[in-house]
Amino acid sequence: MEFLDSISGKFNYWVYIVLMMIGLYAMISKNNLIKKLIGMSIFQTAIILFYVSIGVKDGATIPILRHDQVHHTHATEYHHEITEHTSTTVTHSTAAKEKHTESGPDEISINPDDFANPLPHVLMLTAIVVGVSTLGVGLAVTQKIYREFGSIEENEIIKKITSDQ
Amino acid sequence: MKILGLISICITGWLLLSAVSDFPEWGDPHSPANSYQVSQHYITKTFAETSVPNMVTAVLADYRGYDTMFETVVIFTAGIAIIGILRRYDSSSNTINKPESFTEKPKEDLIIRTNCRLLIPIIQIFALYVIAHGHLSPGGGFQGGVIFGASFILLSLAHDLKTVQKKLPEGRILTLAGTGILIYAGFGFATIVLGNNFLDYSILSKIMLGTPIEARSHSMLGVEIGVAFTVAAIMFSIYSNLVSGGKMKEGL
Repeated sequence: MEFLDSISGKFNYWVYIVLMMIGLYAMISKNNLIKKLIGMSIFQTAIILFYVSIGVKDGATIPILRHDQVHHTHATEYHHEITEHTSTTVTHSTAAKEKHTESGPDEISINPDDFANPLPHVLMLTAIVVGVSTLGVGLAVTQKIYREFGSIEENEIIKKITSDQ
Repeated sequence: MKILGLISICITGWLLLSAVSDFPEWGDPHSPANSYQVSQHYITKTFAETSVPNMVTAVLADYRGYDTMFETVVIFTAGIAIIGILRRYDSSSNTINKPESFTEKPKEDLIIRTNCRLLIPIIQIFALYVIAHGHLSPGGGFQGGVIFGASFILLSLAHDLKTVQKKLPEGRILTLAGTGILIYAGFGFATIVLGNNFLDYSILSKIMLGTPIEARSHSMLGVEIGVAFTVAAIMFSIYSNLVSGGKMKEGL
């Protein structure tokens, strides 16, 4: 029972490890190159699941400010803008404004626990892009191999390479 | 080989599973990843610093703009690499032998073509919305670009690769892809010329409307448009090269 509780509390890690191992197994021991690529995609998806599940917070929403929060903050921000506009240099004015907003009352309205962690989302957005690129190049290489050897089975390709020499 | 693979998988999986007990619980707001000051800073300060309510876009296009620029270059490089791997100019030798039934062209279906004619404009408008609203709502350059590229893929599936190539020849696709990176890097060089760090957009308020904070928001939109150009063009380029075996003559 204790074992089941330990699984259910950290279910996301179990799922990601199982998925990752399925992908790794397909990459290592499948003969077919397309199946290897499918394994690679499963592996990447497992990593994405891992990262995104780390960024989850209980009762939090997506990391986008709601319209009413935006409006409130924006109004005060604009007010600061006008009052600070007399400062000469741009950097000076932004630095002064940061100081101002830190102590401002509108800062309290944004509670970090209300929003999911945006950082894993950003990192995985780029990981998805790299995944698409590697999958595309992998498929292109597979197609080229098929054109060259007439097969995408690894053992048949090796047989052809060794018989040629 | 299979047994060896299975054994190594079991060992790796067991090692990873034995570390699971050290990981934070699901949804814990005070886990190390969630309570670290970087993510706290992004959540609480993003709007005050950039006037962009979508934190993911703000981190992607502003705080980590350098990373995203080369992410776009990765896509571009992948598209070029696929052309380099697959392209051949001789027409006959070593073609992928299709089964007999595939060689004779089936007549294109009227229902499918009509449906695509109705769907594609809607898909493209939705893609433009996703790009243009990327800094206000869920979306952005990568997502919108993929949707836009998918509309061309749908067109070439429903009609023919030639139909799309009439509108969008390969040279134009690659020009668009390069233009995207040029837009992104152009924003970076504009900031340098005006005297700030690379991709530090706040200085662009000198040539744009609005305050330095609003300039960051507007520059993010511009950068996302650049990303969308590259992604949309390369997505269709990857598809058309893979589907035609690099000859770009006939697809599926």
